[in-house]
Amino acid sequence: MSTARSIALRASAPLALPTAALGVTFGLLAAPVIGAVPALVMSAVVWSGAAQFGALSVLAGGGGIPLAMGTGLLANARFLPMGFALAPSLSGSPLRRAGTGALVVDASFALAHKGEGRFDPVTVVWAVPLQYAGWVGGTAAGVAGATMLADPGRLGLDVLFPVFYIGLLLPELSGSARRLVVAALSAAVALVLVPITPEGIPVVAAAATALLGLKEPS
Amino acid sequence: MTWMLIAILAAGTLALKVLGPLVAGGVQPPPALVRVIDLLTPALLTALIVVSTFTDGRELVLDSRAAGAAVGVVLLLVRVPLVAALLAAAGVVAAIRLLGLA
Repeated sequence: MSTARSIALRASAPLALPTAALGVTFGLLAAPVIGAVPALVMSAVVWSGAAQFGALSVLAGGGGIPLAMGTGLLANARFLPMGFALAPSLSGSPLRRAGTGALVVDASFALAHKGEGRFDPVTVVWAVPLQYAGWVGGTAAGVAGATMLADPGRLGLDVLFPVFYIGLLLPELSGSARRLVVAALSAAVALVLVPITPEGIPVVAAAATALLGLKEPS
Repeated sequence: MTWMLIAILAAGTLALKVLGPLVAGGVQPPPALVRVIDLLTPALLTALIVVSTFTDGRELVLDSRAAGAAVGVVLLLVRVPLVAALLAAAGVVAAIRLLGLA
């Protein structure tokens, strides 16, 4: 196995456990609402906590399928600008580029960023296996009723996501006043929008603070 | 109808992810766009951090996760390895919840 692959595998490993715990939660909550098999298939083919929890919360609250679809897709709207950001770093046939783009998730996107807007496709691909196994395996355990891990909060596992992202963010911020400004603006936008917009919108709107880059650096 | 929902969510998420790579793959963008792309990672990470630390659904909350994340930030700033910072942050959150403080 090449070094780049094993580095990506190892770098993605800390998120496997919290991802699995979140998968267990999804399986437990979703099975009574949509059925065990659909819950498991959903995790296998949608593979997105934000979209799945978003759609599930609509259904569990008595909302209809169309609203669940809209909520789920809105929660994933950030993948559109992320795909365009990734695109220049992808080469090869359209199918190959689409294949790599299809595998991107938040953590692998950030892990793969090499600076100056370039991304390493190998990292995008090889950050997948552990996280995918964690998500689908966790969902399987959840629909099977693995209540032991039912409340990831008790073990503090939910805090692993922000701290992991902080670990990726700090090196991005060093030595760049502009990135600090963008990060601060992004945080402010997200906090302001959370109470007043549907889930998913705050992250996309906050990501739009990157448009500050259109201005020439002074 | 559930299967329809699953199919649409899967296809929609896939479409959102692959549209960029399909239409803009391998093309070198102009410098202004490169700067935007470069800033997208810190902007996105910050938003994810804020949302996963200070929100519960659509509510803003200040709970044990904030304390855990603060511990994580401090440890990472003094160059503690990521895995150790993760364990410490989770430990802090678990302890606060065990004691029923937040």
